[in-house]
Amino acid sequence: MLPEKIIHDLERRARRRRAIDRWFGRLGMVLTLITLGILAVLLLNLAMSGLARIDWHFLTSFPSRRAAEAGILSAWVGTLLLMVVTASVAIPFGIAAGIYLEEYAPKNKWTDFIEINIANLAGVPSILYGLMALGLFVYSFRFGQSILSGGLALACLVLPIVIVATRESLRSIPATIREAAFALGATRWQAVWHHLLPYSTGGIATGVILAMSRAIGESAPLITIGALTFIAFLPPPAFLANPPFVSFEWLFSPYSALPIQMFNWVSRPGEEFHANAAAAGLVLMVITLSMNGVAILIRRRAQRNIHW
Amino acid sequence: MTLSYRASAAFLAGLVVSVPGLLRAGQVVKIDGSSTVFPITEAVAEEFQKSTGNKVTVGISGTGGGFKKFARGETDVQNASRPIKEEEIKAAKEGGVEYLELPVAYDALTVVVNSKNDWVDSIKVSELKKLWEPAAQAKITKWSQVRNGWPDKEIKLYGAGSDSGTFDYFTEAINGKAKASRGDYTASEDDNVLVQGVEGDRHALGYMGYSYFDAHRKRLKALNIEWDEKGKPAVGPSEETVLNGTYNPLSRPLFIYVNLKSLEKPEVAAFVKFYLENVERLTKEVHYIPLPATAYEAVRARVANKQKGTAFAGHGDVAVPISEILQRSPVP
Repeated sequence: MLPEKIIHDLERRARRRRAIDRWFGRLGMVLTLITLGILAVLLLNLAMSGLARIDWHFLTSFPSRRAAEAGILSAWVGTLLLMVVTASVAIPFGIAAGIYLEEYAPKNKWTDFIEINIANLAGVPSILYGLMALGLFVYSFRFGQSILSGGLALACLVLPIVIVATRESLRSIPATIREAAFALGATRWQAVWHHLLPYSTGGIATGVILAMSRAIGESAPLITIGALTFIAFLPPPAFLANPPFVSFEWLFSPYSALPIQMFNWVSRPGEEFHANAAAAGLVLMVITLSMNGVAILIRRRAQRNIHW
Repeated sequence: MTLSYRASAAFLAGLVVSVPGLLRAGQVVKIDGSSTVFPITEAVAEEFQKSTGNKVTVGISGTGGGFKKFARGETDVQNASRPIKEEEIKAAKEGGVEYLELPVAYDALTVVVNSKNDWVDSIKVSELKKLWEPAAQAKITKWSQVRNGWPDKEIKLYGAGSDSGTFDYFTEAINGKAKASRGDYTASEDDNVLVQGVEGDRHALGYMGYSYFDAHRKRLKALNIEWDEKGKPAVGPSEETVLNGTYNPLSRPLFIYVNLKSLEKPEVAAFVKFYLENVERLTKEVHYIPLPATAYEAVRARVANKQKGTAFAGHGDVAVPISEILQRSPVP
């Protein structure tokens, strides 16, 4: 038997440890609530000043010098089209690069160097991507100040995020899965296509959500490569009534985007324009959230089919 | 996965097919440049598009960024909150771009104090700098620190929020660098907040667009500005002093530059004509100061005679009355 004193001492220490544990739990909760509270206040503030401005007219009108008549038609159409271009470039390129680096590339100094630089690229200020895109897409490739240039610039901006997310989620798959596939004679590609990709869809989808959410809010690189602030017409339609039914002319159309329209309205004098900016912000949030909603659905469905 | 691969394949195929679309720009009047001039040009563009059906696009790359595109011949019209600079003149020459320089309106700021303030009528530019430069933060907090003899009372500062053109302009004119400012003042994008703030505090000082002061003239007192570095006497803000170029450095003419080659296109010629016919009315509507009616006549004559080039020889000298700007003959 231990002397009474030692037992007492041990109990005291255990109580202290449990107290610290409880306190950390509480502190964490308070900090989480504060963060969520700030977000809620932000959203509420946006909703209070902007909600009243959102109506059919606001969504279907072009910009105007009169705040009450101004709308965001060209801006939200531009933002959606930009996202189509960005997603269809950044997602396949990002995933392919991630798969190559994680599954195919040999581990040596070169791939280490590439890995470090991809992580660095994710932290480069977005204006630099704008300058790069101006030289490369707008002038060298002669895409002009078009939706294509803008979408490609944003795709470059978020590519590192997709690559890193793909690699992380591939890495989290147990090595035994790969070994099992190879043992059965699968090629590397078969292992990737039938096993690794389906199992990592959840993590990749999260990366894609982050990437698209970042891209949709950018204004600096778009202004650099010539996104417009006043544009009162829409790009040509992508689908036609007659053969060939599909047109890609819209890729070369001039455009505006929601963050640019907001930026312009915030810097205008007068409360009415600020209400417009808040309303445009709400629409931007709705678009972002519904994009994320789709990605979350994909993730759910993908995870349901995984049985390790 | 299959889906997004297919989509990207279709996308790449579409890219190849549609490159010829590049060459079909269509009848669009392309404008870019200063965000300060933007509201005026936006108003004109909006009305022009409504009345003629021609398409117009306006961007806000800034005066410098816009001139780069203008010099390459990418835009038809350039919005500028200052005259074209020497290197921009050179760039335009290299790009084979000849242009018309057309003053269209005036932009001015006012420094205001409470109407019960009886110790200050005019302030020097150097004193404004002392008060507003970044180094003043938390240091210059009392009137007596700005000038000996002013009360030993805390000075409450009101100014434009950092997203506004007013902020960019004030910081550039007073502190010498756009966006360089102390941060410990009440900032608002909404000038009404500034008006109320200065109105309610005897020791307040603030700055705002001239049009806002004009609308609240009875509630505020505007200070005369003495440009001591250039040895200019103190001048108060009014439409007259703005237009005769003596209210400095807080007022400036705004310009559009028109590419002469573009002017041969009927839609650009129609736009410029429409601009000069309607800018006086629309300028007031978006809270800037229009030029005198006679000045617009002179500007129209400049277009009719195709007097190309700039009247500023690459120097942004600002203290020039509008009548003199228009009398000078532009040099290509």
